[in-house]
Amino acid sequence: MTMRRALSRMANPQLLALVGVLLINWILFPNFFRITWQDGRLFGSVIDVLNRGAPVAILAIGMVGVIATKGVDLSVGAVMAVAGAVAATLVVAGYPAPVAVVAALLVGLLCGLWNGFLVAVLDIQPIVATLVLMVAGRGIAQLITEGFIVTFNDPLLVFIGTGSLLGLPMATVIAIAMLVLVTLLVRKTAIGLFIEAVGVNRAAATLAGIRSRMLLMLVYGLSGLCAAVAGLIVAGDIRGADANNAGLWLELDAILAVVIGGTSLLGGRFSVPLAVVGALIIQAMNTGILVSGFPPEFNLIVKAALIFLVLIIQSPLATRVVVVKRPVREAGK
Amino acid sequence: MSIITKLALAAGLATALSSAVLAQDVSGKVIGFSQIGSESGWRAAETAVTRQQAEERGVDLKFADAQQKQENQIKAIRGFIAQGVDAILVAPVVATGWDDVLAEAKEAEIPVVLLDRGVDAPEDLYLTSVASDQVKEGRVAGEWLVEAVGDEDCNVVELQGTVGSTPAINRKAGFEEAIAGHDNITISQSQTGDFTRSKGKEVMEAFIKASNNAADICAVYAHNDDMAVGAIQAIKDAGLKPGEDILVVSIDAVPDIFSAIAAGEANATVELTPNMAGPAFDALAAYWADGTEPEKFIITESKLYTADSDPQGEYERRKDLGY
Amino acid sequence: MGGTGYALEARGVVKIFGNHVALDAVDFGLRAGEVHALLGENGAGKSTLIKILTGAYQPDGGEVLVDGQPVSLDTPQQAQALGIGTVYQEVNLLPNRSVAENLFLGHQPTWFGLTDRRKMERDSRAILKRYGLDIDPASELGAHSVAVQQIVAIARAVELSGKVLILDEPTASLDRNEVERLFEIIRDLKAHGLAIVFITHFLEQVFAVSDYVTVLRNGRLIDTRKLDDVTRTDVVRLMLGKDIAFSGATGLADARPTGEVLLDFTNFGRKRSVHPFNLTIHKGEVIGVAGLLGSGRTEMARIMFGADAADEGEVKIAGKPTSISRPTDAIAHGFGFCPEDRKAEGIFGDLSVRENIIIALQGKLGWFSALTRDEQMEIAGKFGEAMDIRAASLDMPVKLLSGGNQQKVILSRWLATDPAFLILDEPTRGIDVGAHAEIVRTINRLRDEGLALVVISSEIDEVVAYSSRIVVMRDRELVAELSGENISPGVIVQAIANHREGTPT
Repeated sequence: MTMRRALSRMANPQLLALVGVLLINWILFPNFFRITWQDGRLFGSVIDVLNRGAPVAILAIGMVGVIATKGVDLSVGAVMAVAGAVAATLVVAGYPAPVAVVAALLVGLLCGLWNGFLVAVLDIQPIVATLVLMVAGRGIAQLITEGFIVTFNDPLLVFIGTGSLLGLPMATVIAIAMLVLVTLLVRKTAIGLFIEAVGVNRAAATLAGIRSRMLLMLVYGLSGLCAAVAGLIVAGDIRGADANNAGLWLELDAILAVVIGGTSLLGGRFSVPLAVVGALIIQAMNTGILVSGFPPEFNLIVKAALIFLVLIIQSPLATRVVVVKRPVREAGK
Repeated sequence: MSIITKLALAAGLATALSSAVLAQDVSGKVIGFSQIGSESGWRAAETAVTRQQAEERGVDLKFADAQQKQENQIKAIRGFIAQGVDAILVAPVVATGWDDVLAEAKEAEIPVVLLDRGVDAPEDLYLTSVASDQVKEGRVAGEWLVEAVGDEDCNVVELQGTVGSTPAINRKAGFEEAIAGHDNITISQSQTGDFTRSKGKEVMEAFIKASNNAADICAVYAHNDDMAVGAIQAIKDAGLKPGEDILVVSIDAVPDIFSAIAAGEANATVELTPNMAGPAFDALAAYWADGTEPEKFIITESKLYTADSDPQGEYERRKDLGY
Repeated sequence: MGGTGYALEARGVVKIFGNHVALDAVDFGLRAGEVHALLGENGAGKSTLIKILTGAYQPDGGEVLVDGQPVSLDTPQQAQALGIGTVYQEVNLLPNRSVAENLFLGHQPTWFGLTDRRKMERDSRAILKRYGLDIDPASELGAHSVAVQQIVAIARAVELSGKVLILDEPTASLDRNEVERLFEIIRDLKAHGLAIVFITHFLEQVFAVSDYVTVLRNGRLIDTRKLDDVTRTDVVRLMLGKDIAFSGATGLADARPTGEVLLDFTNFGRKRSVHPFNLTIHKGEVIGVAGLLGSGRTEMARIMFGADAADEGEVKIAGKPTSISRPTDAIAHGFGFCPEDRKAEGIFGDLSVRENIIIALQGKLGWFSALTRDEQMEIAGKFGEAMDIRAASLDMPVKLLSGGNQQKVILSRWLATDPAFLILDEPTRGIDVGAHAEIVRTINRLRDEGLALVVISSEIDEVVAYSSRIVVMRDRELVAELSGENISPGVIVQAIANHREGTPT
């Protein structure tokens, strides 16, 4: 029974797609799965996927809640730039690194709450409400950095971006921690159910006594916080806050990761772990393209074709054809 | 004679001319400058240097930031014409759509100088254009590498700029031109790093994995310094020494690459000078002095910097220009 | 085969959607120079009939005749070309274009292929004048009031078609003066020989302008009558299908033992929604709410529950003044509300039956005291069994259940919160006979267990059967409260039709 359940879990389309992409990578580049131990850390292409995929995975962890409420957060890329700019400018100005990190996280949270306010209280459509910060955020980041890349050598910030813990890249460790925390937050409380209820039918949710405004503030705030974490990682990685390029277009990758993870843009059912799997699928493609030696002119076409394939694999029709349905649980007892 | 050499000759000529007329000056003139915006560090430095040059020469510079919009630039130029400035500098955001407004400036007998990019408009509508030769930049980088490796075999990995962008195409072409005929040097892998540090780092990581943990890589050529800075970090993360195990050559000459050169982590960079205004002011001075029509295309110098060119000093000189 | 004298006629029209018969051999005839009201509760088939007459739907049986000639209306454009124009409840013009453009959209006067704006605006001014509108034809349509937009829509329809005008609830969002103005226009158009179909829920308005009335119920033609020959009571009786012959024979008139006062609404109301009303509700009683659609019954339920906040009056719960401005307030005091539109406001279609049942209880418990899956299963199982919900699994999406079972799910949702007071808005509409009986049985059981209930229903027999008292809504006003032997279909129908005739004492 456990065996069968574990197997049927494995058979979900996202994991199949991830395995498929990794196999393609392996065929194109036989050393893809080679992992070595070097300077106290694991080293290899698969580790690169985990490391490089972490920022988008963290964005997706925040984005999945927003999308489940029938919203979208276009501002996360810009919020990444803002958070990186805040942290870098503060350490360069001589503030202790923990202060800079906390300040960056707070700014990210505030950006998210601002989006939540526009959506929940002023009832502005999410795509428009978050577009405001998507455009303004990058400008704010540029103001903070005065237009140039603020470089730093602060050990804590660099550790967040490039350090390692237990042999794994720090970014991966942070992403795993966030995945566990957020999954517990939504599934061990009633928040996940309420998010789904609001996404499926906000009018009914309000009539059923769910405080949908507070809930929306929460999910957008969480998305902003996740964006700030991703922003810190990206800045630490290059030891600099690049206001022009940090997080550029990553909101789209995050949305794609969530969609690949099976959460509908129309709101409702969502899965945090599968959104992370979606992010890994995207990154596995990116890394695969890089190691395979295709000319760069093909990058976008190859990526588009692969994404198209993944979406087809997980379309309802394909699911019905390929995957054996799990037996429906008996009602009642 | 190839076009490139023609351009190079023209550039030399222009430099000669400009030094000949250095006596004439532009002081007291009012000159409008329509800048694209501040999308990159180099752009910010160009603005800073232009202001610096104007101050040194006693020019009253009217600055207008177009925030990446052509309509703002056209508005700014019309404003300059209405104010009756003596000359206008434009860094055009796109190549097309300038005919009308340039004609208006010509009508008002205000000379226009284009900075760092050309436009698709009749040549008689503007005085001259000052720009770098991107193909030459790539060639200078390639020539440095040819000399640095001598007869040894060398696999180069290339970090391209944004796919399809003009600088990426030209800098690639120039580099390939320089290493052509040197069969010991081959480009083994080439990918785009979108001109950014993080993509530069990510792509370099992948290159290292794909080349037997960098055993097969002898040098990295990056289309800009930012990607090179990212690549240097990737090389360090892989436990190798950038600048020794893997040679690093790139283009732009931003301050951070000079710190890397000073630290021995990068080997060479080719300057894309932010001083487009200097040659422009020289051309205007000559024009106003005795009606000298400058060359239509003034090419700025593509200077090579290595560990021998006082990298620490270059860093100090540049760090406050807004890169 | 002319000679019927009808400008537009439907003969034996049948329309079937899936296995649901929306129209069952309906006849409808409309003469030039007359206003013909079309009445019926929601789902009676009014809009289906209109859509067939305007070419939006094709009938599955019967025929449509224009001037006595059978025609086939494949598109609304074709109907328009035959002289049939329609104005819908929501003005479907372009608010960001000028009044003149809206009048002439699609057939602008042209001058060598270009729109002749001058001529268009000149013509528009002349047309608008005929409708008593002195507005600038070049102004943006959206800048004007709904009433003016409505008139522009009518003018456009008449100019385009010119023979038959169909008005689908044109007065729904107008105030009294605007309605009066609209009626003048209708009378004027009638005098010019137009044949007009008028759809509304307001009886006064029917009597104010119409010559004939046709009543539909459950897709069937009930009757067509000349309005001079009928009273309001007759019309209401036709609409609700109640035979007044058995009025008074309820057998339930004996006073029930009423419990202590639970709720006391005093001058409770909301502007533009419900006039202030007074209502006292005891434990262990069912208050039936009767009234036609649009009479304000749903609005009353919504402000009681805090779904819309009341802006005047007060409510006391067990004698204590309380504020109910949000559903969460109401739920905290033990209220529950089953809305009329089950799909839009009741169920969470993609969520499971289990989640749909426990959601209100979980809402009451808050974010951080989550019910475990086992607890959810147990609660959902218990209430699902009590309500006899027929679902293959409690984990299946609720949208796969039948309407009746969905209604039972929503009722179970509230019962799980252990409520003191339930508001049910049309709990038995559109559900099968078995579920219907189950819900009525539940209402009786809950009343006997001491709950207070407010039940809104168009089914008069049903309301009579379980209500301790009945309040009647008309024109957004609570117009009568009936108790004892006045709880009879006859009295209710009269009260709905006209409270001056119907109010007892």
